[in-house]
Amino acid sequence: MSSLDPRVNRLDLKRVLEGEVQTNSHLVTYEVFHQDKRGKQAIHVGIVHAPSPELALVFAKEQYSRRGKTANLWVVKTSDVYTFSPADDDMFETTPEKVFRDPAAYKVRDRIEAYQLKNKATN
Amino acid sequence: MNINATKDLLFKMADDALIIGHRNSEWTGIGPMLEEDLAFSSMAQDKIGHALALYKILNEVLGEADPDKLGFMREEKDMKCCHFVEYPIGEYDFSIIRQFLFDHAELIRYEMLAESGFQPLAQLAKKVKGEIKYHVMHADTFVKQLAAGSEEAHARLQNALNNCWHLALGIFEKSELESDLIKDGTFAGEEELQARWLAKVTPLLEAANLKIPATNNDKIALGGRRGYHSEYLKPLLDEMCEVVRTDPAAEW
Repeated sequence: MSSLDPRVNRLDLKRVLEGEVQTNSHLVTYEVFHQDKRGKQAIHVGIVHAPSPELALVFAKEQYSRRGKTANLWVVKTSDVYTFSPADDDMFETTPEKVFRDPAAYKVRDRIEAYQLKNKATN
Repeated sequence: MNINATKDLLFKMADDALIIGHRNSEWTGIGPMLEEDLAFSSMAQDKIGHALALYKILNEVLGEADPDKLGFMREEKDMKCCHFVEYPIGEYDFSIIRQFLFDHAELIRYEMLAESGFQPLAQLAKKVKGEIKYHVMHADTFVKQLAAGSEEAHARLQNALNNCWHLALGIFEKSELESDLIKDGTFAGEEELQARWLAKVTPLLEAANLKIPATNNDKIALGGRRGYHSEYLKPLLDEMCEVVRTDPAAEW
């Protein structure tokens, strides 16, 4: 099996398919968080593959801060992120119905808006 | 200020940056992994940017031709780059060790030039220091990672270091006008740069369990700063300049 892309050839696909070689076994994924200004929240922007956190940070710099302003980057090993299981999706199912938790949904909001409108009209 | 000495310094720095930038860009699309492909290509782009900034000083402050002409229209014998940057990219171990040795020298050179009495150069040095700091961080992290890896990875690094050592020492070849640069306060000189570089890279290589080859003065790759180049520069220039030289007056 040969390809025009040397990276594909380097993979040694025949041996991979026969299970002799485990590809990229030394690489794991790191989640990358980007902060555009000191003090602002770091926002998740994607992942990089790397063999160590140091190299993950080096890669994250060119992968996710090539353009615009950057104050800092964080990398966190994906396996260190503790999350809900997809099977637990049902725990979130009824949340969108609970509109009373959204301040915009309060009835009083209508009255405030009516008052503001009236006030604006008299000014 | 000795103008010719300053020009000579700017030309050798610019030519080094242009040629290493071109060489490293040859990894674009065939890097060892996607993330590294992108990072190495970006750093190659940075180098071309540094070359442009230096050619601009030569053009705008010292009356030389415009940057495109200086970069693409000079003959091999007029180029002032060292042999180290001319060598083909080889395998990744060679390119990483070259980045490690070359960029540490670059970083210290620009740190020294931040104190230069020649203001345009001092200003540029302050501007690019962050970029080169990242290039050095990239090289340091890779060397540390690979040296601590498999036996093959370590052996490859050691072999690359053996092949690079006398080429790297060619970076510090003195120009004939060196003493004027020092006297004018433009640049503290190659000898001091080399001493500071050696003090910086030695502990890093030792920490990576890599052995610095014994220096043999007869083997140091000299000549580049005087226009005598390795066999690899001419084909590189022919390829890099092929399109622009077919019609130098074309508008891009």
